[in-house]
Amino acid sequence: MGYAIKKGILYLLLVLLAAMCLLPFLLMLVNATRSGAEISTSFTFIPSSYLKENWQILSDYFDLFLGMRNSLIVAVPATLLGAYFSALTAYGLAMYKFKGNKIIFGAILVFMMIPGQLSLIGFYQLCTKLHLVNSYVPLVLPAIAAPGTVFFLRQYILSSVPPSLVEAARIDGAPELYSFHRIILPLIAPAMATMGIMGFIGNWNSYLLPMIILNKNEKFTLPVMMATLRASLDMVRNQGATYLAVAISVIPILLVFCFFSKYIISSISAGAVKE
Amino acid sequence: MVAKKKRSKLTAYNNWGYFFVAPFVVVFLIFSVYPVLRTLYLSFTDLKVMGDAHFVAFANYKRVFTDKFFWKALWNTVRIWSVNIVLQLGLAFLLMMVFSDVKYKMAGLPVFRVLYYLPNLIAATSVAFLFNTLLDWRYGTFNIMINGIYKLVGARYNPVDWLGSPSTAGYTLAVIQSWMWFGNSFIMLMAGVQGVSKDYFEAAAIDGAGRWTIFGKITLPLIRPIMMYVAVTSLIGGLQMFDLPFLMSNASSPSYGSVQTVMMYLYKFGFTAGTIQTGYASAVAYALFLIILLVSLLQIKMFTRKEA
Repeated sequence: MGYAIKKGILYLLLVLLAAMCLLPFLLMLVNATRSGAEISTSFTFIPSSYLKENWQILSDYFDLFLGMRNSLIVAVPATLLGAYFSALTAYGLAMYKFKGNKIIFGAILVFMMIPGQLSLIGFYQLCTKLHLVNSYVPLVLPAIAAPGTVFFLRQYILSSVPPSLVEAARIDGAPELYSFHRIILPLIAPAMATMGIMGFIGNWNSYLLPMIILNKNEKFTLPVMMATLRASLDMVRNQGATYLAVAISVIPILLVFCFFSKYIISSISAGAVKE
Repeated sequence: MVAKKKRSKLTAYNNWGYFFVAPFVVVFLIFSVYPVLRTLYLSFTDLKVMGDAHFVAFANYKRVFTDKFFWKALWNTVRIWSVNIVLQLGLAFLLMMVFSDVKYKMAGLPVFRVLYYLPNLIAATSVAFLFNTLLDWRYGTFNIMINGIYKLVGARYNPVDWLGSPSTAGYTLAVIQSWMWFGNSFIMLMAGVQGVSKDYFEAAAIDGAGRWTIFGKITLPLIRPIMMYVAVTSLIGGLQMFDLPFLMSNASSPSYGSVQTVMMYLYKFGFTAGTIQTGYASAVAYALFLIILLVSLLQIKMFTRKEA
């Protein structure tokens, strides 16, 4: 008896905590359909009918779809380049013995520990010199060299790809790149997907670097664009539109999460067990 | 003869390694190694926005460590992070205890795990925006909710300016940070517990060990490395805290002085028009790095000593 009650209380607490995680999102969705005046005076979970008006106000401020398109132009290539070249590098480090292999791996370990702010100023200076300010190149190209992803994939290859597989392909006369593309990539695809999804979310949400590199409105990625609304805000009139903007910015990520939550959870777990 | 031929063929194969790592190495040298070294060089110069850089030795570092605003920013960062990490890890730890309990055997971990992780997915700009609006002291839904509850019990609520007043802004940010990150820590801790072989628990249960003994003697020691990993990574991230405090405060608000973090301080001298002092900002970056390095070494030492 006492056991069942205690267990019930535990579940109740767990559900309450889950509700706390969801409440802001729920309020966001409800408030996106209410007028600013309504939100400012009362509180409810029942949607109202101002969705269209809010959308109007929002469109006057900025073009959310442009921001989304810009974010996609940055995040998709960065994710694909990151996944492919990290796999390439990881395979090179795991399967070939060559001079410098250990040095490169050591550098990867060191740069995994170095906080990002250390390169920020030098990075910006480099972009100025190469005339890459306001270009997406500095936001996409560096994805080719992602130390954390290379480290993760190298460990994965060492633990799950038997060298005999590649040797057999060599005896059959398969070129090295062919073996990599046809044998190795399919084998490590789950690990690449895991890192790729985390990479996509990171790129999509990234704020500081795009804010520093981009300074033309039409180039802004979604997070940078959202941040400009902050200063120009008439609370009472625009509150509903603000919630709508947040809701729209959140939807793509929620979709990704719905389909790939398994991979995301496993990548966080891998981060912990790696130790 | 055959052996020699075989070896040369193997070397030929191994030379492919250069091909595979070449793109990484080129991009890594240009976009990672060079900027870090460039920042180091600049930290010893007096470069402003434009003009020439002159070597000034350690003058920038001296200025960093004697500037009371730097120390204030460091103190703000540490204060917000401390409250945040206690809440975040504490909650994750409690949840881990609940879900790993041998007596209650709670179900539904996959669902709860996903729900608790949800806040971590959202861009900081969206989170900041959402809470800026929810927490607005006059018109925000949060205060209106509290006001409703006060009214129900017949009391009068004096609206709190959660983000605007210096006494609450830091704590509000810490709570929001914890809300964003506790799910992440929880998944990591749970991964550690699930990595523990079931045999241990069963053997202990057969030997008649109580659930608290099992928790204290098996679960806890085995997840200590993961606790360390979470604490160290969270500290490295925490000391670089920028997005939320930056987006949820403004320079004219009275609470600004109590939420300006080291990264915001760096941003001011590195990238804010009118106050740019590139050389000095570079020194701030390296000073922060030294502090992070020192503290994480201390942390690692603390955790490993306990194990011995």
